[in-house]
Amino acid sequence: MARIRVNGTVHEVDAEPETPLLWVLREQIGLTGTKFGCGIAACGACTVHLDGIPMRSCVMQIQDIDEGQEITTIEGLSPDGTHPVQRAWAELDVPQCGYCQSGQIMAAAALLADNPDPSDEDIVAGMTNICRCGTYNRIKAAIKRAAELG
Amino acid sequence: MAGQISISRRGFLASTMAGGLCLGLRIPVPGAAMAQEGAPTEVNAWVVIHPDDTVVIRVARVEMGQGTLTGLAQLVAEELDADWEKVRTEYPTPGESVARNRVWGPFGTYGSQGIRASQQYMREGGATARAMLLRAAADRWGVEPETLTVSRGVISGPDGQTLRYGELAADAAAVEVPSEVTLKDPSQWTIAGQPVKRIDTAPKLDGSQIYSLDHTMPGMLNAAIRQTPVPGGKVAGFDANAVRDMPGVREVVAVGEDAVAVVADTWWRAKTALEALPIEWNEGENADLSMDQIHAMLDEGLEAEEAFIGTSRGDFAAARAEAAQVVEAVYHFPYQHHATMEPMNATALWTPERCEVWTATQDAEAALAATATAADLPIEQCEVYRFTLGGGFGRRASSHDYVHQAVAIAKAMPGTPVKLIWSREEDMLHGCYHPITKAKMVGTLDADGNLTGMHMRISGQSIFAGLMPEALEEGLDPLAFQGLNAESDEGEFGYSVPNLLIDHAMRNPPVRPGFWRGVNNNQNAFYLESFMDELAHAAGRDPLEFRRSLLADHPRHRAVLDAVAEAIGWDSAAPEGVFRGICQHMGYGSYVAAAAEVSVDDQGQLTIHRIVAATDPGQVINPQQIEAQIEGSFAYGLSAALLSEITVSDGRIDQANFDTYPVVTMREMPEVESIVMPSGGFWGGVGEPTIFVAGPAVMNAIFAATGKRVRTLPLASTDLRTG
Ligand code: FES
Ligand code: FES
Repeated sequence: MARIRVNGTVHEVDAEPETPLLWVLREQIGLTGTKFGCGIAACGACTVHLDGIPMRSCVMQIQDIDEGQEITTIEGLSPDGTHPVQRAWAELDVPQCGYCQSGQIMAAAALLADNPDPSDEDIVAGMTNICRCGTYNRIKAAIKRAAELG
Repeated sequence: MAGQISISRRGFLASTMAGGLCLGLRIPVPGAAMAQEGAPTEVNAWVVIHPDDTVVIRVARVEMGQGTLTGLAQLVAEELDADWEKVRTEYPTPGESVARNRVWGPFGTYGSQGIRASQQYMREGGATARAMLLRAAADRWGVEPETLTVSRGVISGPDGQTLRYGELAADAAAVEVPSEVTLKDPSQWTIAGQPVKRIDTAPKLDGSQIYSLDHTMPGMLNAAIRQTPVPGGKVAGFDANAVRDMPGVREVVAVGEDAVAVVADTWWRAKTALEALPIEWNEGENADLSMDQIHAMLDEGLEAEEAFIGTSRGDFAAARAEAAQVVEAVYHFPYQHHATMEPMNATALWTPERCEVWTATQDAEAALAATATAADLPIEQCEVYRFTLGGGFGRRASSHDYVHQAVAIAKAMPGTPVKLIWSREEDMLHGCYHPITKAKMVGTLDADGNLTGMHMRISGQSIFAGLMPEALEEGLDPLAFQGLNAESDEGEFGYSVPNLLIDHAMRNPPVRPGFWRGVNNNQNAFYLESFMDELAHAAGRDPLEFRRSLLADHPRHRAVLDAVAEAIGWDSAAPEGVFRGICQHMGYGSYVAAAAEVSVDDQGQLTIHRIVAATDPGQVINPQQIEAQIEGSFAYGLSAALLSEITVSDGRIDQANFDTYPVVTMREMPEVESIVMPSGGFWGGVGEPTIFVAGPAVMNAIFAATGKRVRTLPLASTDLRTG
């Protein structure tokens, strides 16, 4: 049994210690907003925040997380979907298939928390998630818009 | 639950399909007009109206990011004069479709036809529902329908009385279906044609959108699968006992002859056990397959005496004999993987009486057929519930292998729902790859630098031969000539070359091909538009002027080319160190062109400064979504042109994940300026066409910058360093 804190709630989960956080979130806790894309930290679809830092949950073993750390998933980013990144995403109609967007939004929210007024290069350096639908330019514009919305 | 629909059967007796107009045929049932309190009413197959005025539009084609759901809803809402704010959508199931005599028409969502192939009957569905609502209001007020007006789902009568659609739906469903409706002229549109926001965005922002991979149900188990590493190989044996006691493991199942699955309580446990499972393979006759062998096959096809002639006009041999200059070049387009962000997956529940599947598919009817076959049950005892796709790009139309497998596994565990998820590695190693081809291009110029003849010999793989041999015509594949046809509304060769020969030597290596966004247009446009550039330079002519001089008979081809030339400033000098390339193509009924500005530094590092892309799709339903598709098609097309490639060694695919199959990320993504220039009178596709011009525009600009002609993709295999 492991104990982890997700979106403000402590969960006791029955998972082997090597189990990636991604699969604990999806299969044990039932939070499926965090997506599986590659399993090797290459695509970013599984991005969550660990104490505010963006992490690729597909390669984070549950044994390396302690109960004192706060995990935030897309479901917990804001209580009502009104985080500035979510508002900007809606305003610019960013998603296409949407599958990568939880990860993109979590990466963008972490970027802005760290750097409220990022330059183009800051955005490119911070946003390494893959989007096969190719929404990159709208993502870039939406991050700037989110920075304005503050 | 996603994919499920509620159909009011009140008064519904039968359905019919006539002349492309698909409408529920109803016989009014006396006394049934009082619909159940609060229940929605099916006015016709496309339009369901709730008492609170919510309008649900049924869409058979599927959403995979390309905006079809929103576009089709706009068209139906337009004809219906619905309140756009109150419009929702839902997917009918293929089982319902079978039961109702295919009332929704085809479900297939590929070939950039989601909107263009269904717009007519869906608009008629909206217009018919509107007429029925008007009739119902007129009857209530004892007036003629012609005296009524409609705005945003509210009907007004001659004396100022009003009724909402939600109040009228039950009556409307009972009136006679009009035999004829008049559709609006696009100039009257207020919902269609507008850059409205997508109808499906909100749940994609907070994690609440449920994809097939997220589906869950009580008692569900999870399966991980390993398939033969070599095409055509078979399982020789496996030792289930080695993993039976591992945490969560419930079953180890042979899936067909070429795969093994482990079923466990969670997918992670299934995958962990699968990795520990000893499996022996009988690799079969392709165990030695190498790129050298594949290239040798294609090279032989380039020179073969016999080939399938797609287009022949004039006398190329004579043109060659008389030419002042002959230009020759061999080009190559490699295998590509779809790499949808959501790996293949499906959930199946099998009992001896019934089989149900929950999955992501570009053709729910094909998924239903796959379900019935794998379940060994009549199609009427099967059903497929579908989800918004986490990417399709043709993969989820090419093969429903994942559905077959999920059903096969579920069949081994009757009554237990099982979700099969392919790991990314299984997904990449068992794709339906963009086919591999080469082309030998020969052009002839006269002494004045005019193009007198061209021979384009394509050698390589046929998708039809690999996936659906029944689609071949006497063993030949007409799809090989996408965008190169002499006369075609779908993809016409635009250049007036007096002596033209285009032929195809089919050579099929044993690697499964598939329909990959853009399909054969990708290589055909790369070959032709790069070579046109070579010819222009050989003739000492400007690449734009050279093309324009040959497009006089194809004004739409030329118009998009002119549009990108003007926007990029072709007539004025590019900034210092920046070079331009240009190209055009036609496919899926649309005319497209692109111009690129690039620079290449001493280290051979490419920078794409600017892309301008134009499309003439005839009609525009949602201009901002067309722009999104243009940008997306460049991300996808440039991934293939610049970075990605699937290769084979010892019968095995070499690339298994994004670490070895790099794709365009934000860092490589150029700015894309879109020009959407509908000329009206036809309906072209949008999801694919601009992908054709992504690669050649950039490669032509690279030639202008470096003098190096990139004839083999991806670019990563070419050293662009000067000297
Ligand atoms: S699934 Fe974790 S980075 Fe791709
Ligand atoms: S929106 Fe489809 S992968 Fe990003």
